[in-house]
Amino acid sequence: MNAPLPGPLSDNPNLDRWVSFPSPGKVMVLTGRVELGQGVLTAMAQIAADELDVAMDRITIRSGDTEKAPNEGYTAGSQSIQFGGVALRQACADVRALFLNQAAKLVGCNANELSFRNGSIYRNGKSTGQDYWTLSGTVDLGVKATGAGDRKAVADLNNIGTSSARVDLPGKVFGESAFIHDMHLDGMMHARVVRQPNRGATIGSIDENAIRRAAKGPIEFVRNGNFLAIVGDNETAVEAAGASAARNVSWDNVEAPTPTQQEANWLLQKPVVERAFGAPDGGNPKNRERYEATYTRGYLAHASISPSCGLAVYRDGMLTVWTHCQGVYPLRAALAKALKLEPSSIIVQHMQGSGCYGHNGADDAAADAAIIAMQKPGQPIRVRWRREEEFIYEPKTPAMVVKVRALLDDDGKPVDWTQEIWSPTHNLRPGAGGNLLGAIALPNPLPEPPPNDVPEANGGGATRNAEPLYNIPAKRILHHLVTETPVRVSALRGLGAMPNVFALECCIDELAERAHRDPVEYRLSITADARAKAVIEKVAAMAKWNADARGGTGRGRGIAFARYKNRAAYAAVVVELSVDEDIQLHRVWCATDAGLVVNPDGVINQLEGGIIQSASWVLKEQVRFDNGVASFDWETYPVLKFSEVPEIEIELINTKDEAPLGVGEVTAGPTAAAIGNAVSHALGARIRDLPLTRERIMAALLRG
Amino acid sequence: MPKPIEFSVNGKNVSVSLDNEDTPLLDVLRNELGLVGTRFGCGLEQCGCCMVLIDGAPEKCCTKPTSSVAGKRITTVEGLGDAEHPHPLQRAFLDEQAGQCGYCLAGILISAKALLDKSPSPSLAEIAQALDGNICRCGSHNRIMRAVEKAAAAMRAGAAR
Repeated sequence: MNAPLPGPLSDNPNLDRWVSFPSPGKVMVLTGRVELGQGVLTAMAQIAADELDVAMDRITIRSGDTEKAPNEGYTAGSQSIQFGGVALRQACADVRALFLNQAAKLVGCNANELSFRNGSIYRNGKSTGQDYWTLSGTVDLGVKATGAGDRKAVADLNNIGTSSARVDLPGKVFGESAFIHDMHLDGMMHARVVRQPNRGATIGSIDENAIRRAAKGPIEFVRNGNFLAIVGDNETAVEAAGASAARNVSWDNVEAPTPTQQEANWLLQKPVVERAFGAPDGGNPKNRERYEATYTRGYLAHASISPSCGLAVYRDGMLTVWTHCQGVYPLRAALAKALKLEPSSIIVQHMQGSGCYGHNGADDAAADAAIIAMQKPGQPIRVRWRREEEFIYEPKTPAMVVKVRALLDDDGKPVDWTQEIWSPTHNLRPGAGGNLLGAIALPNPLPEPPPNDVPEANGGGATRNAEPLYNIPAKRILHHLVTETPVRVSALRGLGAMPNVFALECCIDELAERAHRDPVEYRLSITADARAKAVIEKVAAMAKWNADARGGTGRGRGIAFARYKNRAAYAAVVVELSVDEDIQLHRVWCATDAGLVVNPDGVINQLEGGIIQSASWVLKEQVRFDNGVASFDWETYPVLKFSEVPEIEIELINTKDEAPLGVGEVTAGPTAAAIGNAVSHALGARIRDLPLTRERIMAALLRG
Repeated sequence: MPKPIEFSVNGKNVSVSLDNEDTPLLDVLRNELGLVGTRFGCGLEQCGCCMVLIDGAPEKCCTKPTSSVAGKRITTVEGLGDAEHPHPLQRAFLDEQAGQCGYCLAGILISAKALLDKSPSPSLAEIAQALDGNICRCGSHNRIMRAVEKAAAAMRAGAAR
């Protein structure tokens, strides 16, 4: 009896959905996981190379294609390696076993006498003359995976565990056509959408003359209900017209977000759906000391370096769409619903975009192109959002209020922990019922989905990492799921994990301080998980943590820890910084345990990226509202610059016998909290609201 | 018929006829000349994805009227080197795996080239300063700065030979 197949493989059991041998010497590996800038294709190639016993350079990877590749839902949640990689490993192991069995029949021996070397089959060190390609005509990969192929032992892995160079990087360094933005279809026309400001807003008037004057070249208008686009052969003209149209089309029924709504505390007065998890509230019968603190974070933008892009053509009843979204199959289903087509008459193919950290405008740009293509059959359409459009209309990650209440024992350790959260949903992806932006402007749009969030079984949305991993006898989460938002919200790197870890790890520091204990020692004293202890001890050693370092000197250090979703990778982070009017980050140390590491340098790259992006969120970022979204370019939404980035030192605790765990999101929470704790150490005063702006630093100093 | 605008790109003379002479140089590079290595990031000269060298100086070209570069020398990332003959910067970026999504890299390579052309031994602070006109959103900054340092060392060693 074989072990159950890994989830994605049991969802897509046919082996030819994963591996094929298209021409002599070549292997095609298919994966549902898409490249978002995180290096997943390289890691998948390493996995396939090991389990198939072929050299990396024989492998071509195809990903995110509704015609060919497996349906693995979304590339999200740091799950690609943990689930998709394990599925691919098993598929490759099954394929290898099928070929060995076939070769054994031909050679007339037992399969266990045979082995592969770079795709060729050997018996007792001698070539059998057979290989994947001589046998591929006789081995049917249309069969279902059984799990009968043995995955290799860790000691036999050659590629997994090495820092293979990224397969996609050379093209990007040499300026080749590498991104969806660089795609060119014959006869393609460019398009820009005149965005409907909000659901229900209707077009008042269109100053066509002004828009045409601004275009300085031929353009046409395409309209369906309140969906309005400008199309033309010349991108320069279309871009200028798009910018002009944003000001020369008037809208009725506009609901513009206000400055009050930009603050997290606005959520406290809004309608909610109540959700509760964990231990029942036992009150405080022993009259224990109670500690309570509230933390907030505002709305954040993805602010991907390039605006979203999508291409589409509708020809002979088939709609073909190219997109840099995270899930081609869910997008296909959403397009089918919005455009009233059968999914079988839509092909969605992934192309690389710029860095993607969650549900950004990619799906919407693809839908824009599809809507226009449907209006102009046979005509290939390329939509690229404008920078301002990207900032204003991409789904934001929601603001959150997190209130922590702890009951303490006589040693000042928590025995009862309540994490109370006010947050809208973190998931309005098309696959979760969220609407495609352009489709809302069409006649008779689909309704909004009922209020919901990512199920706790999948790690939760607003509740992600709300439960401390520490030894606390009673832990509970209260989630006030806010059902009204001033702007569209959805998933961004880590979802609720960053605000939750910021709150709970700052609170742990506050409790340590209250008990006159060192924050590292205090954490260790309430940690039972050996892997958690190991990363905390490791990072303390790396940073030469000094328990007696004096606070309030303007220079400070902070530590924080989390296990992402309490079931993925572990990370502990120490930050050193100084504060005068602003915060200067000096150094960051990070220790991570991500189980079996496929590509150490790739993992370190992701961890560094997570640290820097989180630092940017914490120091600088909040989406402002002022009669609309007032963060619409890089000056109104600044991010961390080269001269502001700290030195970073990372060590991996490579627990090879543990399952591989994704790392894209694990550092976001600990980095935010370590910065918060370091600022408190430097100032001798606590700031509990993000971002840590100059105004908040001044206010904290005045409070003392 | 509009008057052709002549300039050079990566050492080759080009001549383009534009109905709209204000067409940004970036659009001409990408859409007329097929040089897609220079990327569009904002169209506001804020992010640096579109950085090119104009007569050796680094400039963002997403709003630069093409008519303004008549007679000038343009260098784009494609002009630095290719897989067979990589520029030391490109080699160092690959050695250091300096990038995640890679969208910002073409502009960053150009800014780095401009720095090393005038300052062969820059400090880390000078490298950071020179790259502050480029945004990297994925957080590859430290690798990128290490790669620039490494390329500078390689170029100095090459020049000394």
